[in-house]
Amino acid sequence: MIIQGIAFYVFAALLVASGVMVISARNPVHSVLYLILAFFQAAGLCLLMGAEFVAMILVIVYVGAVAVLFLFVVMMLDINFRELRQGAMEVLPLGALIGLILLAELAAVLGGWIVAPGVDKLAAAPTPAIDAVSNTEALGRLMYTQYVYLFQACGIVLLIAMIGAIVLTLRHRAGVRKQNVGAQIARHRDDVVVIRKVTTGEGV
Amino acid sequence: MAEFFSGFLLPLIIIVLKILAITVPLLVAVAFMTYAERKIMGAMQLRQGPAIVGPFGLLQPFADGLKLFAKEQILPEGANRVVFYIAPMITFFLALVAWAVIPFDYGVVLSNINVGVLYLFAISSLGVYGIVMAGWASNSRYAFLGALRSAAQMVSYEVSMGLIIISVLLCVGSLNLTEIVRAQETIWFAIPLFPMFIMFFISALAETNRSPFDLPEGESELVAGFMVEYSSAPFALFFLGEYANMILMSAMTTILFLGGWLSPLPFAPFTWIPGVVWFALKIALCLFTFVWVRATMPRYRYDQLMRLGWKVFLPFSLFWVVLTAGVLVTFGWLPK
Repeated sequence: MIIQGIAFYVFAALLVASGVMVISARNPVHSVLYLILAFFQAAGLCLLMGAEFVAMILVIVYVGAVAVLFLFVVMMLDINFRELRQGAMEVLPLGALIGLILLAELAAVLGGWIVAPGVDKLAAAPTPAIDAVSNTEALGRLMYTQYVYLFQACGIVLLIAMIGAIVLTLRHRAGVRKQNVGAQIARHRDDVVVIRKVTTGEGV
Repeated sequence: MAEFFSGFLLPLIIIVLKILAITVPLLVAVAFMTYAERKIMGAMQLRQGPAIVGPFGLLQPFADGLKLFAKEQILPEGANRVVFYIAPMITFFLALVAWAVIPFDYGVVLSNINVGVLYLFAISSLGVYGIVMAGWASNSRYAFLGALRSAAQMVSYEVSMGLIIISVLLCVGSLNLTEIVRAQETIWFAIPLFPMFIMFFISALAETNRSPFDLPEGESELVAGFMVEYSSAPFALFFLGEYANMILMSAMTTILFLGGWLSPLPFAPFTWIPGVVWFALKIALCLFTFVWVRATMPRYRYDQLMRLGWKVFLPFSLFWVVLTAGVLVTFGWLPK
């Protein structure tokens, strides 16, 4: 279908362009906004492949939560980014090297499907036919049966990361007044109010 | 050429017409929602509300709209021009695109996708961008504080909202909105999942930045919060987007808990009324509650708002997801 082809190239071109803008934009907030645009293009590409569940989760998790916090932090930072960017050219070779390694790995994995016979069957082997079950069901079946231990392990890693972040940043400051809702609600009139008859001229 | 027409152009025209058939009534509904809010709040506070323009003041929203669009547009000094103008557009656009998956009656839906709930959830979680971008681009302290508040608030309440949606989905076994409504033919989910229904509604209040959670605007402390620098048409877009979001959240509540287009009692005099009417009536009921809450409740303090979201709603909705799953498995009620 020609319209699908056009949509693919539009999404892909915008994805690459916004990716470039993420690292070249002068204003860090603009960088984050371009990053969000890039997420959207990726979600569009997922939709074109028929991976609707992944596309929606990408938007919900990355655009709806992660990027919001990112934007939140970047907006509040008061850093001179031009100064920060001074040394960028020195680490450029290292960055380029890492990029090259990632590219080579991707090429090895994806090329494997074409070069090695039989590997392409492995790639999509556990997924049932796309017209038999919906996307969500196929993913669920796979994750909660075949890969349940790995899935749980991922959960535990994330949990540890979360606890670590809390432990690193939690500080008990002295002298902070905290609201104890339970104590407030449990307060009874008789505990705090005393009515006394005061005779005139004598005081309490 | 004929193939091009029948294969591409004709479906395109039909889709555009369908979009218009959804959007135009929606915008009229938004206009009258502003009118209804002022009238209801007037009645609750023993006032008349708008009563001058047209019969019973019915033309008031259009007069207001015209006035807003005729005003001068002001770009604050030092504002980020592009982001400043994109922000209200995003708010308004997001409030409209979500309606693509809402089923108004059985089969009456623009796009009946498999992951409808996720789409709605994704769109509603994007609403924060319009506000954050507006607050940042305005180059104003008040606006920025409002934007930061809303970012934290909307992200917090999304978490519990997601868990509430999961407990509904457990009872349905599908992410398709039409299937969700059809699963309520025996009983509306508002009854077995009653605490979730209440919590979803409260989260919807927080998600749309409505009173008592309207801290991003907080006119008594932040003037008008994130939209303090906006005037004229951009301000109108924010305003319309906010009200369209309220209607959208009411539609979500209706679909998830109040049985969508289903009639309350499944026999004769009730089933004669078309489903669209029931759907609209239920949305109107939710919207009335939105206004009712605004006229009744004082604004939350910010730390209490966060406490409610993270320490009350999140644990309780998590508990309810486990409870729902446990009950469904124990009694063998899991949907196929």
